[in-house]
Amino acid sequence: MSQPNRLKTGGRVDRSRQLTFTFNGQRYQGHPGDTLASALLANGVDIVNRSFKYSRPRGIVAAGAEEPNGIVQLGSSEAGQVPNVRATQQALYQNLSARSTNGWPNVQRDLMGLVGKLGGQFMPPGFYYKTFMAPASMWLTYEKYIRKAAGLGRSPTENDADIYDHRHQHCDVLVVGAGPAGLSAALAAGRAGARVILVDEQEEMGGSLLSSRESIDDAPATTWAEKVLKELSALEDVTLMPRTTANGYHDHNFVTLHERCTEHLADIAPHVGGRRQVRSRMHRVRAGQVVLASGAHERPLVYAGNDVPGNMLAGAVSTYIRRYGVVPGNRLVLATSNDDGYRAALDWSEAGREVVAIADARQNPDGELVEQARAKGIRVIAGSAVIEARGDKRVAVAKVAKIDIEGFKVSGPVEELACDTIASSGGFSPVVHLASHTGSRPTWNEELLGFVPSPVKGMTPTGGAHGVYALGKVIADGFKAGSAAGEACGFERQDASLPKVDERREGAAVALYQVPHQKATLRGPKQFVDMQNDVTAAAIELATREGFESIEHVKRYTALGFGTDQGKLGNINGMAIAARCLGRTIPEVGTTVFRPNYTPVSFGAIVGRHCGELFDPERYTAMHQWHVENGAEFEDVGQWKRPWYFPQKRRAENGERLETMHEAVARECSAVREKVGILDASTLGKIDIQGPDAREFLGRVYTNKWAKLAPGRVRYGLMCKDDGMVFDDGTTSCLGENHFLMTTSTGGAATVLEWLEIWHQTEWPELDVYFNSVTDHWATMTVTGPEARKLMAELTDIDLDKDSFKFMDWHEGNVAGVPARVFRISFTGELAYEINVQANYAMHVWKKLFAHGDKYGLTPYGTETMHVLRAEKGFIIAGQDTDGSVTPEDLGMHWAIGYDKPNSWIGKRALTRPDTKRTDRKQMVGLKPKDPSVVLEEGAQVVFDPNHAIPMPMKGHVTSSYYSPTLQSGFALAVVKGGHQKMGETVYLPMVDGQVHEAEIVSPIFLDPKGERQNV
Amino acid sequence: MFYIFCPYCGEHREEEEFHPKGQAHISRPADPEATSDEEWGDYLFFRDNPRGVHHELWVHAVGCRKFFNITRHTVSYEILEVYKMGEQPSITAEHYAAQQGAASADKERNASQAKHQEGVRA
Repeated sequence: MSQPNRLKTGGRVDRSRQLTFTFNGQRYQGHPGDTLASALLANGVDIVNRSFKYSRPRGIVAAGAEEPNGIVQLGSSEAGQVPNVRATQQALYQNLSARSTNGWPNVQRDLMGLVGKLGGQFMPPGFYYKTFMAPASMWLTYEKYIRKAAGLGRSPTENDADIYDHRHQHCDVLVVGAGPAGLSAALAAGRAGARVILVDEQEEMGGSLLSSRESIDDAPATTWAEKVLKELSALEDVTLMPRTTANGYHDHNFVTLHERCTEHLADIAPHVGGRRQVRSRMHRVRAGQVVLASGAHERPLVYAGNDVPGNMLAGAVSTYIRRYGVVPGNRLVLATSNDDGYRAALDWSEAGREVVAIADARQNPDGELVEQARAKGIRVIAGSAVIEARGDKRVAVAKVAKIDIEGFKVSGPVEELACDTIASSGGFSPVVHLASHTGSRPTWNEELLGFVPSPVKGMTPTGGAHGVYALGKVIADGFKAGSAAGEACGFERQDASLPKVDERREGAAVALYQVPHQKATLRGPKQFVDMQNDVTAAAIELATREGFESIEHVKRYTALGFGTDQGKLGNINGMAIAARCLGRTIPEVGTTVFRPNYTPVSFGAIVGRHCGELFDPERYTAMHQWHVENGAEFEDVGQWKRPWYFPQKRRAENGERLETMHEAVARECSAVREKVGILDASTLGKIDIQGPDAREFLGRVYTNKWAKLAPGRVRYGLMCKDDGMVFDDGTTSCLGENHFLMTTSTGGAATVLEWLEIWHQTEWPELDVYFNSVTDHWATMTVTGPEARKLMAELTDIDLDKDSFKFMDWHEGNVAGVPARVFRISFTGELAYEINVQANYAMHVWKKLFAHGDKYGLTPYGTETMHVLRAEKGFIIAGQDTDGSVTPEDLGMHWAIGYDKPNSWIGKRALTRPDTKRTDRKQMVGLKPKDPSVVLEEGAQVVFDPNHAIPMPMKGHVTSSYYSPTLQSGFALAVVKGGHQKMGETVYLPMVDGQVHEAEIVSPIFLDPKGERQNV
Repeated sequence: MFYIFCPYCGEHREEEEFHPKGQAHISRPADPEATSDEEWGDYLFFRDNPRGVHHELWVHAVGCRKFFNITRHTVSYEILEVYKMGEQPSITAEHYAAQQGAASADKERNASQAKHQEGVRA
């Protein structure tokens, strides 16, 4: 038989169908209904991995999310690689291909294991830090090899072939976990009429019922589960979601659910009807009430050699036998501190295999299950424990001895029992992870020997999640929780009609975390607490001896509960050991904080559809298609795609080539300065301001005066925050007595609108004024250069005479037959007309301009040329030449400051604070490199004395720097301490490569300081 | 992620629709020129950072664009009330402490909480 550990009958697998899969290149068989773990155990595969730090062989320990060892790499192709998969949670499918994540050259013969064996004594906690820290410069080299040796899987090198979804949902009651408590809770809330979402991380709903020995209403527990699920699926407002993990519990009952839609079918989602299916889906659920029915994890006992393959959780042994029809060994020794562990021995014995003995830590075990075991003739050794497991690649011997729990010592002779499996149970730890995500620390319950969730508003724990374990009580407790949750959402309370479950007489459990050994913990063989991170009891003891007293520090020093494991199996034992070493109680030591996600989530599910072209919206202007067709290179400005420059073809030695940016910009600049250029300026923010108090409002938010701006006129304005620092600038035009149009920088549009609103709504609500964004409604094209007027004259009915349409005027009329507003504002220093038309007419106007513009040499230019042209004129870009620490005075723009305005505008008061009045503040100046071929680096630091010892006092920095084809020289804008008083002085700019550039401080206006070119 | 009731829209909406704008009820001095540098500096730069009840200004940025106030507990993140601009909170730190003090015997913690609420300058 190919599956030596598979039982002939029993369990929920379909033996009529075979599934073939490979593990580490070896072919095996399993059945539908198997997990990868159950199939491996059925095939007698003992070693599934090598451990993280010591490279010890490891086998399957658990049957669910708490599995620390069975972490595999999935995927039959490169694109389908999935790291970090728990074999215990992965459904088996045909041709599944899995590999161990650790172990070199392979898990059976591991060379790293030698390091673990020989070096084991020499690898205490903090080993890497202590050993490899010096010299610090070598750490990166060490780290590379350490990481390679200790991986937890790898990401695919090819692009993910799969697609992922997000879904936003609301519900009245979200029930997490579909075991007896969750099913019962969903039933109560569903019957009441609440919108219920019931999620469960497993392939099949039912939780512990799927492997239970108990009867409900005199039938197998699974029958009841099926009945409830049938009733739930018939309820219209109940959504059942298997294969879905509630991974994060966030503020105000916001829960993220990770639904795995096709991971049980293949590593890459299959096609259905020609379309690729969604691989997994992230549900973002806002729940009225959350019922936490996440159950409890069994705690293993911590004894020497407890990580040798063949050491398992007692509950997991039962699950493999009862749910999957797999007995993971032949000869069992059970170590337990409670009655529940006995189920494993009973199931094992009923499966026809030998139970060697039960080592029960209690002096007088007398529960019902204990009696059943004794009745079967199983040897029960009271007051004892397995103190050590022996074996190389599989358990061979269990060393059992009487122990004194109080005294933490072995109190009797050691008996060696031959066996191949040791099951252990140290009781249960409620799964409090989700409840802790919200920041509430769990509370220790001495009676339950576990942490239970502390109150979270809108959340009710039920069943095992808060320490109710007896099946009948769990079902009743779930019903009560579901009914109460429904009631809290406004639905009627439900009367429970609970099924009949026989109560079991149970003996009290005893608290046992670390089992004593003959040798002291620090000298004895390794006792593992956290197997995923290879943390031993000795490591925790050492950490406490080295002065780590806070459990959070112990965690970080030893890596206890780190990573993808999040302390599912080891946390409580680890805290208990820390408490013992520190001479404190567990509640005094406290618990660490669990964080989302509960189990690993693929990045694809987090990202959803927000990748590739859907990563962020792209905004296009009305003329975008023309830019594309005319070969524009684009620059991202916020979400906008703006033409950066328009490279043209040039003749070259062998055919044609495209201009470089430098060449294109030189050509575009000359066109504007000598002929006429055109810029798509549609992205500038435009805010329509209306109301009787609009003018008054402008006077308060701008630094300059607005009282007398007449309709038809335009004014430049600076906006400050109340700390006196410039944050945006732009022009505002008076459209009518109560109507203005404000322009903002492209990136500042939304910020400025919110700025206006906050002042209006919170500070000056009495002002009658309204703001609306009209950025997208109007397209803007700037026609600028000496020939601009001639070109405009061919296309508009507006009188362009220089005396009737002056600089800083705006006129309404038609351009190319389309209603337009034309503004004579200039960001280039040349004669300029900014044509604003309704966006949907813009392409027509743009093309008309080119149809007429050819003879004038009309040249499209992009943002790079715009920057050169504006910087030559000393025009600032807010956010580039300013950084939130620059006042209007620092910019030398006294002309734009209305100190004598009647109201105290925003920023005014701050301009007289001692710090803003300083004369040695960084002030804006121009810099002219002594060598005209030098283009200074933006951000380069300015120093006054290049021979000063390092660190040199830094006196300023370059904010904008370009090469000017007009000046035939590099030039820059900069802020320099006391710069306004240093005209003509030389400053130095030391560069990274050792060069030191020299530059002269000059006026920031490099071209046409009197503004004659724009004012024609 | 918060679930916020917008008092203008009259509906609960996801936090993604809102922007927080800092501490509420910071009133700008009526006559800024009459303030001393210290008073102006206080207005500009100093904000409370309480452990407990906090009044905050928020804006329904991609909704109705209205500003409003939220009273929020900075430990539990519970939103205790929302109210429109120009209105006063009905739940304050003192009121909340009194309520909690009556409900639980944990008076000592409330006292230390009150101490924290005096702000960073204390």
